Amino acid sequence: MKNKKMIQELGKSLAAIGIALLIGALFILLSGESPAEAYGALLKGALGSPKSIANTISKSIPLAFTGLAVALGSRCGMLNIGAEGQLHAGAMAATLTALQFSFLPGPLLMMVSILAGILAGMIVGSIPGFFRAKLNTSEVIVAIMLNYICTLFTSWLVNGPVKAQGSTAQTHVIPDSVWFGRLMPQTQLTGSLFLLRIVAAALYVFLWKTSVGYQLRAVGANASAAGTAGIKVSLFLVLSMVLSGGLAALAGITEVFGKYHRFIEGFSPSFGFTGIAVAILGRNHPAGVLLTALLFGMMDMGALRMSRVTNVSTNMVTVVQSLVILLVAAPELIQWHNKRKRG
Amino acid sequence: MDAIKMQGIVKCFGPVRANDGIDFTVEQQEIHCLLGENGTGKSTLMNILFGLYHPDEGEIFIHEKKAEISNPNDAYALGIGMVHQHFMLVNQLTVLENIIIGKEQGGLFLDPKKCEEKVSELINRFGFQIDLHEKVVNLSVGMRQRVEILKTLYRGADIIILDEPTAVLTPQEVEELFKILRQLKKDGKTIVFITHKLNETMSLSDRITVIRKGKVVFRCKTADTNEKELATQMVGRSVETVVAKRGNTSGKAVLELKAVRLQDKAQETVSLTVHAGEILGIAGVDGNGQQELEAMIVGNQKVKEGSILIYGTPVEKMSVKERKKLGLGYIPSDRHKNAMVSSFSIAENFLLGYQDNPEYCKRGFIRFDALRKDAKEQVERFETRLAGLDQEIGQLSGGNQQKVIFGRETSHDPGFMLVAQPVRGLDIGAIEKVHKTLLELKEQGKAILLISAELSEVMNLSDRIAVLYEGEVSAQFANGEYTKEEIGLFMTGKRAGGAKG
Repeated sequence: MKNKKMIQELGKSLAAIGIALLIGALFILLSGESPAEAYGALLKGALGSPKSIANTISKSIPLAFTGLAVALGSRCGMLNIGAEGQLHAGAMAATLTALQFSFLPGPLLMMVSILAGILAGMIVGSIPGFFRAKLNTSEVIVAIMLNYICTLFTSWLVNGPVKAQGSTAQTHVIPDSVWFGRLMPQTQLTGSLFLLRIVAAALYVFLWKTSVGYQLRAVGANASAAGTAGIKVSLFLVLSMVLSGGLAALAGITEVFGKYHRFIEGFSPSFGFTGIAVAILGRNHPAGVLLTALLFGMMDMGALRMSRVTNVSTNMVTVVQSLVILLVAAPELIQWHNKRKRG
Repeated sequence: MDAIKMQGIVKCFGPVRANDGIDFTVEQQEIHCLLGENGTGKSTLMNILFGLYHPDEGEIFIHEKKAEISNPNDAYALGIGMVHQHFMLVNQLTVLENIIIGKEQGGLFLDPKKCEEKVSELINRFGFQIDLHEKVVNLSVGMRQRVEILKTLYRGADIIILDEPTAVLTPQEVEELFKILRQLKKDGKTIVFITHKLNETMSLSDRITVIRKGKVVFRCKTADTNEKELATQMVGRSVETVVAKRGNTSGKAVLELKAVRLQDKAQETVSLTVHAGEILGIAGVDGNGQQELEAMIVGNQKVKEGSILIYGTPVEKMSVKERKKLGLGYIPSDRHKNAMVSSFSIAENFLLGYQDNPEYCKRGFIRFDALRKDAKEQVERFETRLAGLDQEIGQLSGGNQQKVIFGRETSHDPGFMLVAQPVRGLDIGAIEKVHKTLLELKEQGKAILLISAELSEVMNLSDRIAVLYEGEVSAQFANGEYTKEEIGLFMTGKRAGGAKG
């Protein structure tokens, strides 16, 4: 029964991707290019060589983290639209900690900085959760406002107090003792991948094997029944957002420690928002999220080659991704909204 | 002459044969009951007749002419109208507007006068009492149903299908509906009445067709049968009405309500005691404080005034969890809202409410082996029909869902059971099982508070009865002391002479 449903859900996701690619093909055709050629280049760019595969995976990692964050929130009935802000806060806190305590030995410094980043994400995440639990304020509105606060505040920091010399708005480079090691030379694939795998597996175990995870899902699926069963619903509304914020922060932290080794203004091409699509397309399941993130990573990576080989712009990929989101997310969001209205 | 003749109707949904070769005939100008338990294919058959579904096999004859009905417009053209279980009305429009919608009089422009004339004529002819200019949103459920019936008449239906029309009505509204239906019959209309209620079938119909598992199992004239035979045909085995022997009511007090104010508008507070080994039945028309009583005992609603004690411990400040620890088992009136998570598996639902119990939870991890073992034992004990413990509970029938919930709530040996509307929406077989279970629990010495809107249920099972009216107890007495009619009067506010029981 359960497997059948999973396959059905997977089928829906695949159908959405298929339709999106078809519509994308139409646009490519309209612009006078060959869709087969363009998609061929895309595929080759994403998976054509070991290096390109490694880079595809690398591109998927931040999306997977934000996807997991949104998925966790959704399991508790909370739409964490604030992952973007949380990952900025997390990245900044981790960077500043690494810079501030650079005298610490490498492994310890890495741990402390990562934890500081996660904590920052959690704090930012807790705010919409708290308002929802106490005052029944929509977590969506609060989280959107916090997105502005976090991105603009970190922008101000890298343009002012913590700006490194030069014209770019960025911090100093963090000590190389805390850089994540490359898994393949000349690619961007780093140890972040292991961290992601561990976190995804832990999330699965947490949600489906532990009592606390069970309670969190029960609140998401039927808050009223959960309350009657003695589960403290408001506590879980906050907890889910705290954990979600921590996961989202990891998206920012791994980008800094793996790729840039510093906080650069605008480093996130809205990973947080794409994470919502990744979570929905991955059916809020860790495995589904990893797969979907990989798919999005492929498109991002392949787009570069596609735009080089053909005259199709990289923006075409954004169009296809948006179509996928539209096809999958719109009905889901409407369902989610109706459920809450009824609930 | 046959008004409807359906022959060899087959309709499959995936692997399920909802209609499996059904022959169904209705004569002109009769009231015909289509009787069967939930999910046996009654509505499917009528939806085929109304053109909402297309049969996989079979033929339909209307007035002895072969008919192709591929949508409701075809059905209306043949004079067939249908009143669905869920009304299809626009709340913000008036009664008149709702009736004429989609079939307005006048050409391009609406001719309200002409419409109103036509509808008024119908209203007078059939003795409907309804204000055409009232907005639907302001109408009672019974009135809304009349609007639906008027809609079919306005469209010229002379065969009217009603799908479980009494499910949402009060006893008085049911009587009024029956009056209207009889009037319609007198005027030459043919009526198909879908139901699973035996008493309604007996009092209303001329002929009966019983469907079980997608097949017709029984046809007869109403005059030639009785409720017992119909029940047997419907369920496929003989069914008994479970009636309790009066137990002793002198056990230890388990649940006590002391001067609790149920509703703000109530003048008086409520005091009740439930002893070990007895069932205290709460009778009354829905909405007279039953929901508040239920929610206050379990802890979903604050007690503003008065005190609730379980085994002598005041619980009104306690959380739901703490009350459960004291030995409270709970069967909520709204099963879907409060007792289960539809999208969770049966095993997971079995954990609900016991997620912190050391039996099922070790160092934060769920002990699935122990959980599944207990769940398996309980579903077997209650003869629950399911595909497996990993099946989503939402896919089960209401009766089987209720059995899972009973299994869960009784498996931890509660001393007190709060049972609200336990058979709402269940079919006969499941009702029998639930009632037997309640009596078994009582025999085991549990204290049971049974809240039910079905007076017969309260009278069959309770040792003592309290009647709620406008948030107050209008009478409290030992079961058997008053007749059904007298209790009916208490339900409308008459007071019993002095406190009894």
